[in-house]
Amino acid sequence: MTGGVHIGSGAGFAGDRFDAAGPVVETLSNLQGSRYLIFEVLAERTLAIAQRLKQEDSDKGYSPWLTVYLHEVLKRCYDANIKIVANFGSANPRAAAIEVHKLASTLGISDLRVVVVEGDDLLENYSPEELLAVPCIEGTSTDGRVLLAANAYLGARTISDALGLGADIVLVGRTTDAALVLGPLIHEFEWSSTQYDLLAAGTLAGHLLECGAQLSGGYFADPDIKDVPRLHEVGFPIATVTQMGDIELFKATASGGLLNRSTVIEQLLYEVHDPARYLTPDVILDFTGVEIEEIAPDRVRIFGARGQAPTETLKVTLSVDGGWLGEAEISYAGSNALARAKLACDILEKRQLILDIQERCRIEILGTTAVHDSDSGALQELRQFDSNTEYRVRVAIRSDSKDVALRMTNEVLALYCCGPAGGGGVRQNISQQVSTASILLDRERIEAHTRVHLVHPSKVET
Amino acid sequence: MKRIQLYHLAHSRAGDKGNRCNLSVIPYRPEWYPVLLEQVTTGAVFEVFQHKINSHQGVESVTRYELPKLPALNFVIDDVLEGGVNEGLGLDGHGKTLSFLLLQSMWIDVDVYDKHKG
Repeated sequence: MTGGVHIGSGAGFAGDRFDAAGPVVETLSNLQGSRYLIFEVLAERTLAIAQRLKQEDSDKGYSPWLTVYLHEVLKRCYDANIKIVANFGSANPRAAAIEVHKLASTLGISDLRVVVVEGDDLLENYSPEELLAVPCIEGTSTDGRVLLAANAYLGARTISDALGLGADIVLVGRTTDAALVLGPLIHEFEWSSTQYDLLAAGTLAGHLLECGAQLSGGYFADPDIKDVPRLHEVGFPIATVTQMGDIELFKATASGGLLNRSTVIEQLLYEVHDPARYLTPDVILDFTGVEIEEIAPDRVRIFGARGQAPTETLKVTLSVDGGWLGEAEISYAGSNALARAKLACDILEKRQLILDIQERCRIEILGTTAVHDSDSGALQELRQFDSNTEYRVRVAIRSDSKDVALRMTNEVLALYCCGPAGGGGVRQNISQQVSTASILLDRERIEAHTRVHLVHPSKVET
Repeated sequence: MKRIQLYHLAHSRAGDKGNRCNLSVIPYRPEWYPVLLEQVTTGAVFEVFQHKINSHQGVESVTRYELPKLPALNFVIDDVLEGGVNEGLGLDGHGKTLSFLLLQSMWIDVDVYDKHKG
């Protein structure tokens, strides 16, 4: 495909492989035309934690993985003029920019143009009371909860504005994931805000790339049913998109993985509800006419996206204090293991009563379809299980009180001496939780505060 | 006529948003799409997930979207994640493993079946 812009994925979620971007950069280096590398590493909950870190230290609150992901590829991208677009900014894009300049300086780059996008953090311009008063469209109830973060999903236009400042790297906080891809396309092709079918095509490319290897064979393998070669070195995907919105998808050269109609369809529908109305700040994308054609091994062409005008509201994620989650597990193995595990569950239920713990608590046996079951255990009652293999008893509890979570999970630990014979391998974990809810807000008021800013290396302290 | 587990006719991936789960159902062969269209109904899907659906909506909790050009089906199930990542107590708050519960639990009547090898 000639005249296209090439955009590769370097990471598709906050825990993704640190070395995946290397082969993508290698592949991009050998392509003609404009090239981009994107990193999507920002989960909804991550932002609340980042916001807390920023409040404690104004130089913190960006992705803790920034340097780990960029270290190997920043210089190579700079030398090959591959632009980077990433949401390492998290709650503090400016601090992230300074970190990038520090990294650049250690790599011998003195004139890197780092541009940040700001304005997604609504705590700058809204009061918590005002935000909590807006009715939620999905997620947890925010009643009586402490608001930790409120971030609007910005669209691609801010990223194209940032690239317009001559950025080598754009750092954003919360934008839609697809905007990381659509932004560069708008910048390159000067698509207007009413060219809906083109914006839809760019959003489609972004939706497919945003989860990295989930497009190219990751999260797909089922041995002997649908095999994927060499997942230990799975190649991350790259899209080539033309001015007219034609898309080709392929993956890093000499890599493992698989990219065909089946892998693409799985990712196409991933986290999609109504496929005729996939809402983004830039366009409403209609997937229903999309077709996929295999044109070479690990290479497909995808076309037929249609778009219409976006809504007048933007989605905002509210992160609130979610109390504590306590979890603990213990194993039973060998003769009569299932009966011993059941006895352990019975003891735990009675201990909960004795301790007068009112919170909802889940007590289950891993190995008895527990992962698919409900809190009530309805599913496992329908099935038979081997008495003499191995099982793991698990307790989970949520509470606003850390002490309650601790006391209930301690009961699993106490099974060592007070429980059935042969229990072992106790693990106990109490973790602070962040809950999220979504609201819709008028886009004009949010977009009035979005801005792009070139961060100069002179601000880096040496 | 043969009864075949859905697992052998289609593949699936699950995604979540809040307390809602979406499940794609993608036939290994396009010619199986009409059979899935006929038998993988909202009612049939509701039965598989009934134990986890916490709603008074009953079968209305399940919405089916049809994509004949791919071809594939997309199901959206409301209130199926027992609170999801926010409030759930189960190990899989995202419901990511539910695709395989669907493929395992549903049986499809087919006229002709040649075992698919992906």
